[in-house]
Amino acid sequence: MMTTEQTLGILFQIYQSLLVVLLAPLLTGWVNQCRAWLQNRSGPGVMQPYRTLRKLFHKDAVMAYNASLLFRITPYILFGCMWLAAAIIPIIAVDLPFSPAADVIALVGVFALARVFISLAAMDIGTAFGTLGARREMLVSFLAEPALLMVFFTASLISHSTQLPRIVDALAHHQFVLYPSLAFAGLAFVIVLLAENARIPVDNPSTHLELTMIHEAMILEYSARHLALVEWASSLKLFAYISIGIALFVPYGIAEVGAMVGNWGSALPLAIIALLVKLILAGAALALLEALLAKMRIFRAPEFLGTAFLLAVLGLLIHFLLGA
Amino acid sequence: MRRGERAGQVSLSRVALATPVRLISKSVKKIRMDIVGVLPLDVAGAVIVLWLALGLLGLALQRSPHLITNVIFPVGAIVSLALAATGLWALGEAASYAVLPMGLPDLPLHLRLDPLSAFFLILLGGASFGVSLFSAGYFKSMQDNTLGLLCLEYHLFLASMALVLLADDAYMFMVAWETMALSSYFLVTTDHHVPDIRKAGFLYLLIAHVGAIGILLSFGVMQGGHGIGAYTFAAMRDAHLSAFWSSVAFLLALFGFGAKAGLLPLHVWLPEAHPAAPSPVSALMSGIMLKTAIYGILRVTFDLLGAQQWWWGVLALALGLITAIFGVMFAAVQGDMKRLLAYSSIENIGLLLVGIGLTIIFHVYGKDALAALSLTATLYHSLNHAFFKSLLFIGTGSILHATGERNMGHMGGLIRHMPWVAVLMLVGVLSISGLPPFNGFVSEWLLLQAFLLSPGLPNSYINMLIPVAAAVIALAAALAAYVMVKFYGIIFLGQPRGEAREQPHDAGIWERIGLSWLALGCVVLGLAPVFVVRQLDLVTQVLVGRGLGNAAAGWLFLAPVDIERASYSPVYFLLAVLGVMLVTAVVVHYFYHGRLRRGPAWDCGFPAQTSRMQDTAEGFGQPIRRIFEPFFRIESELPSPFDTHPRYHGRSDDRLWFALYLPIKRITEKLSSWASLLQHGRIHLYLTYTFVTLIVLLAFV
Repeated sequence: MMTTEQTLGILFQIYQSLLVVLLAPLLTGWVNQCRAWLQNRSGPGVMQPYRTLRKLFHKDAVMAYNASLLFRITPYILFGCMWLAAAIIPIIAVDLPFSPAADVIALVGVFALARVFISLAAMDIGTAFGTLGARREMLVSFLAEPALLMVFFTASLISHSTQLPRIVDALAHHQFVLYPSLAFAGLAFVIVLLAENARIPVDNPSTHLELTMIHEAMILEYSARHLALVEWASSLKLFAYISIGIALFVPYGIAEVGAMVGNWGSALPLAIIALLVKLILAGAALALLEALLAKMRIFRAPEFLGTAFLLAVLGLLIHFLLGA
Repeated sequence: MRRGERAGQVSLSRVALATPVRLISKSVKKIRMDIVGVLPLDVAGAVIVLWLALGLLGLALQRSPHLITNVIFPVGAIVSLALAATGLWALGEAASYAVLPMGLPDLPLHLRLDPLSAFFLILLGGASFGVSLFSAGYFKSMQDNTLGLLCLEYHLFLASMALVLLADDAYMFMVAWETMALSSYFLVTTDHHVPDIRKAGFLYLLIAHVGAIGILLSFGVMQGGHGIGAYTFAAMRDAHLSAFWSSVAFLLALFGFGAKAGLLPLHVWLPEAHPAAPSPVSALMSGIMLKTAIYGILRVTFDLLGAQQWWWGVLALALGLITAIFGVMFAAVQGDMKRLLAYSSIENIGLLLVGIGLTIIFHVYGKDALAALSLTATLYHSLNHAFFKSLLFIGTGSILHATGERNMGHMGGLIRHMPWVAVLMLVGVLSISGLPPFNGFVSEWLLLQAFLLSPGLPNSYINMLIPVAAAVIALAAALAAYVMVKFYGIIFLGQPRGEAREQPHDAGIWERIGLSWLALGCVVLGLAPVFVVRQLDLVTQVLVGRGLGNAAAGWLFLAPVDIERASYSPVYFLLAVLGVMLVTAVVVHYFYHGRLRRGPAWDCGFPAQTSRMQDTAEGFGQPIRRIFEPFFRIESELPSPFDTHPRYHGRSDDRLWFALYLPIKRITEKLSSWASLLQHGRIHLYLTYTFVTLIVLLAFV
């Protein structure tokens, strides 16, 4: 027999997963719209990603003659991984029942799993662009992944836990403290977010037919429903990363399931409004950052990410030095 | 009377609390075994004898190779499985001893089977089961006259590894250790008509013996000058050495076992010898033999010396980190698939040593719960590495048979011709990359948890060092994924790069069974960490006096310290990903359609693409070579733009070979040339030497 809290937890889990999956393209649309405004264009509107997805799902898929099964199932694996990531991260509520299944290290593992599969799929057809994209993706990630892990470590040393709900709990629901180590971690996290989501200055999300592309080069051979899933997974990934940033650095307003048993009618709308405001601000900030920066040469990217890695390690060291 | 009753009640209730079912089953087993009077050690001994007998039988049956491949190797595999089962049984039992009626006068051979040995026997049996089954198929194409000898050496190698794990005195240990080195040397030089392989074999033998000297000296120090009876491990445990002499013993052991494990800077033989051997032998050497060195370090450090100094841990940690980064960096630039895996083994040995170092530090500072955590991670990773590295190495054997190539630059697209090997090796690749929900992730997760729990050590210097170490571990793990994407992508995906001699064929039935067993091991070890950790607790209890336990109820969640602190559930993880995949596929096909059309690759509309436009192995590793340029010794020849037949040539070598080994070689040659001045081949001169020596000795006496 389940308690009210458990029932509520499961309901929230389902609700959050669905909300994230449906909202993710909107966030991408919002970022693109902001970019358009900053570039003095009128832009296609925030709903454009949904239209693109609808169009892609209706088309017939075309696949290269020599594409293997790996190539075909990768979009589904990507989508599954990103959905799982979205289920672990406390986005609207903290004590979700699924969160003990994977902590922050496993979360980094989910992203790595998705990345390895998309890189392998990119190499499957055997085109020049595919292998190029795969190599560059792995190049960017071998520095970004440890940097992300170090960011998480700093947060988990403060909260004495690697569970994201516990980290959020320690950072948000206790008295307000300024952590200097988290400032370094935050800076490192922004760089990792830019790199892992194929953003300027590491990659350009709106480029095609350029020798500088990374993510787009990997998914060139996908079409129709497979491309739609890959794109949707990318939106989910961006959403997940921004949610991680919110959870670690501005966690105020995320609800607690335990506290909501009696009064979920008031806490839930508050949590959703807080989330929306933070997402709108984060999306606009991301677009602004992209408008201000220029695309780097590919071999400058390791230096850029090396900076993130060192910043994150510095954050850890500062935590040990200052104990905060 | 009343008091007695009460005491009885208390102890009864305590027994009832401690998992009654297990206790009952254990006592039933115990009674059954007591009637028969068989100890785990007896079964393990029988396994060794059986392996030796099978080897000799193989030699006798040299004329009928079908019997060797179809009968002897599979039977050997079943014997392996029996050994693994024995190990599992011995884990829960008290240590059992035996004194063999063999050996030198006054120096009998001692055997002992305790949980630490038992764990490594499970590793040996479990991994060699798959490799032996694979060998049954793989060695079919061997020339008849060498197969019998190979069969003998193969089983002798297995038996000697088991004996190393069971030895309870220095004499027995060294005999088994040397047998292991020699039998594996002959296995490495199976194709001895190739000069490079002879050279690799010699290098291996040389460093194996340099290492053996270190181990021998370490035993000599540990017996503490107590005479000939003190060479048993029991006497060494009671020797109570001073801090200085235990440190000397530790350093010698680290040197000796490090040479076998491929620890920097004693690693040079590994990337030469492992690729030179036939693939199943490479699998045994990389997957299992390296673990005997890890066993040796654990045995000496924790059991015989009792881990006394914190700086031992720091040394092991630092060496491990350097080894790990070095290994993975060199793996990234290799073009030969077996060399790549050999360098990856160096990386994994580095990670294991990091775990050992961390365990020593925690143990010295009395944090036994943390020591248990990092030791569990180390042992878990040993087991994982045995499975996935054996899987990958025997997989390269199938590829070698199918294509006749070891150079990845001539492969590509094999997933279309060898679906079995491709799918099973994908499991190995995902495991070794440390991706959830496979096994490599679990041990990495445990190790990182151990790092995260390190604050609170009384030494602030170590407290500062440890986060940096965690960062290096994370970097090595991420680079390992790079290496494995390269390995799998270049070999199995894309279009064929060279002109294949013929259509590559998939692995045969024996090979498939062997590969499947090891892949299954990777999956099971990944999905059921709670069971594995529960067994490993029995080992850590012996070594550091504490088990890890599981804070979470049930078998679904692994929570090493506290459920609030960290937990991981691979089963839920897998179910969630698979569930979402399935639902997505059904929804997409139901609401839209599943129409699919095949066409030529798009490639941005470029029509003239050829298979040569894909990355080669060198090309894929180029970014790493460029970023870590100072670590490599790079030779490259770039053709001029006007060259009508341009040829590019480039190689990245190990700086240590030139900076350390070649000078040593030169000094040795110089010294031996001086020594040869004494050598003339004239008998009267030698008699004069003897005479002078006698005179000098008489003068002293």
